[in-house]
Amino acid sequence: MSPKTLYDKIWDAHVAHEAEDGTCLLYIDRHLVHEVTSPQAFEGLRLAGRKVHAPDKTIAVPDHNVPTTLDRANGGMNEESRIQVAALDTNAKDFGIHYYPVSDVRQGIVHIVGPEQGWTLPGMTVVCGDSHTATHGAFGALAHGIGTSEVEHVLATQTLIQKKSKNMKVEITGKLRPGVTAKDITLSVIGATGTAGGNGHVIEYCGEAIRDLSMEGRMTVCNMAIEGGARAGIIAPDDKTFEYCKGRPHAPKGAQWEAAVAYWKTLFTDDGAHFDKIVTLRGEDIAPVVTWGTSPEDVLPITATVPAADSFTGGKVGAAQRSLDYMALTPGTKLTDITIDTVFIGSCTNGRIEDLRAAAAILKGKKKKDGLRAMVVPGSGLVRAQAEEEGLAQIFIDAGFEWRLAGCSMCLAMNPDQLAPGERCAATSNRNFEGRQGRGGRTHLMSPAMAAAAAITGKLTDVREMM
Amino acid sequence: MQKFTKLSGIAAPMPLVNIDTDMIIPKQFLKTIKRSGLGVNLFDEMRYDDDRNEIPDFVLNQPQYRDAQILVAGENFGCGSSREHAPWAIADFGITCVIAPSYADIFYNNCFKNGILPITLPQEQVDVLMKDAEKGSNARIEVDLEAQTITSSDGDVFHFEVDSFKKHCLMNGLDDIGLTLEKADAIAGFETRASAARPWV
Ligand code: SF4
Repeated sequence: MSPKTLYDKIWDAHVAHEAEDGTCLLYIDRHLVHEVTSPQAFEGLRLAGRKVHAPDKTIAVPDHNVPTTLDRANGGMNEESRIQVAALDTNAKDFGIHYYPVSDVRQGIVHIVGPEQGWTLPGMTVVCGDSHTATHGAFGALAHGIGTSEVEHVLATQTLIQKKSKNMKVEITGKLRPGVTAKDITLSVIGATGTAGGNGHVIEYCGEAIRDLSMEGRMTVCNMAIEGGARAGIIAPDDKTFEYCKGRPHAPKGAQWEAAVAYWKTLFTDDGAHFDKIVTLRGEDIAPVVTWGTSPEDVLPITATVPAADSFTGGKVGAAQRSLDYMALTPGTKLTDITIDTVFIGSCTNGRIEDLRAAAAILKGKKKKDGLRAMVVPGSGLVRAQAEEEGLAQIFIDAGFEWRLAGCSMCLAMNPDQLAPGERCAATSNRNFEGRQGRGGRTHLMSPAMAAAAAITGKLTDVREMM
Repeated sequence: MQKFTKLSGIAAPMPLVNIDTDMIIPKQFLKTIKRSGLGVNLFDEMRYDDDRNEIPDFVLNQPQYRDAQILVAGENFGCGSSREHAPWAIADFGITCVIAPSYADIFYNNCFKNGILPITLPQEQVDVLMKDAEKGSNARIEVDLEAQTITSSDGDVFHFEVDSFKKHCLMNGLDDIGLTLEKADAIAGFETRASAARPWV
């Protein structure tokens, strides 16, 4: 048998039908659903008189629209958001799928809830009407985002019409230096390959620096595979993965657990398997980075200066100029001289317990800069509870941060948490597009530790100076 | 689904790379629970100022492009989120064909589900069509999906590639779900095998 990549193995194990031209029906093991990209899909089912094919494999949670203020039980959602969340409540009930409503302590961002509840396991195919579904690849699952028509297709058939992608390997060799985190890895990879670098590929992240990451860190890396243009990101499961899954509510138990682990241990790329594209970065070369522009590929080490548009080539010259204008930045300015108005720690990229620990370690005993707005939004109700138990919440509160309830919050400004025009934000989320955090808002992406450092000084800051 | 076979129309030029889904349809318009009516908000933040007045410089606000049916754009069009609201907004505006050197995966797939043909051409050919599009209403571009050709207003003919299954569905306006349900036996067979091999799933 010819050697296979991890992606090849999972793919082959899920092809339910293959047509002559290579178009496949890929069987889906887990379908995650949120309120924004699903109403039209459920509506389609109703109109056609169809049912959900496998309600047991379908999990829904509202996250994008949900307010994260402590008083959210009393409303706080505008009418449109309320209707969208209410539609999910109804659809979950009518179609009999697993559901974590706003009132449930387990509610949170869909990509945090899935792994936390043990829905996401190695070797699975996972889809969601959300591009950051790539997150689940950290478990050695094939996980990708789909559109609403595909959501309806999966609901009705539990399959997806797919053609196989190409294989791409991103290897991070060696060790990370102090102050450098999973977020710096994933942003640096996008900086190196561009936002289209992974188009048509599934990326397998590997190498010592990836192995050394915790599951939380691996989720952060895979989360942003989509920002690199890839269909999915994936990391081979190992003992850390099994350890994380063990005992979770929907993970297998007893003899089934043993059988599952035995199978999961076969999920790795065989020696000599073919990759269509290979990118290698040295862990030692990766610095704490921030974005300066309006594309996640606009990444620079924090020690750098704002680039000039004409330092780029081709279509990127115009795009860079547009970014500079939008971000109101002058080429040559040191990144550490850029002052910010807001700090946002949260999102499916960096809203897990380890992210909160990393930020709290920097903030402990310190205060945010006066006049700055700062908020921490845990990725789920359970992350929030754990952070309270570990005393992290108090550190944030003492530092002057707002301590919020779980949701997508200011990652995308579909809820009340938004930037005002011209406001500048140090954010741990994943997109710095124009208007992403609110019309006219300016986003700099970075790690939780870097965002915490920026909160203290009120400027983009090299976290290594605070360690 | 809307069929796509042939199109002769005005193309709007948008020579920007990385046009993302937040630009195509900003998130405040994702709160709808319907598929229709998003055309007025296509490219909303580029199209209207804070007082909801049209920004005259924006291409789709210019008289010659108001009825554009084709969009010519830079590489990595549609990057960002999986929101199908992006192709819904494009189709609702009346654009049923996009021409660019490359697309983000999810957006590309979403187009076919909504009667939109996304055409990939090499940069040099996109450059020619971009120039053509800049001529405004004097330049109609012709797209023939059956023949897989685009003809510029000067008569240049470019061939494009498209997946045969996607082409078949688009030309016939076929519903994917209906087609897949014809293979219900294959799916049931897979489920039996998979639940024996991986009972914990
Ligand atoms: S946190 Fe942001 S990126 Fe993640 S699912 Fe929510 S909106 Fe999408």
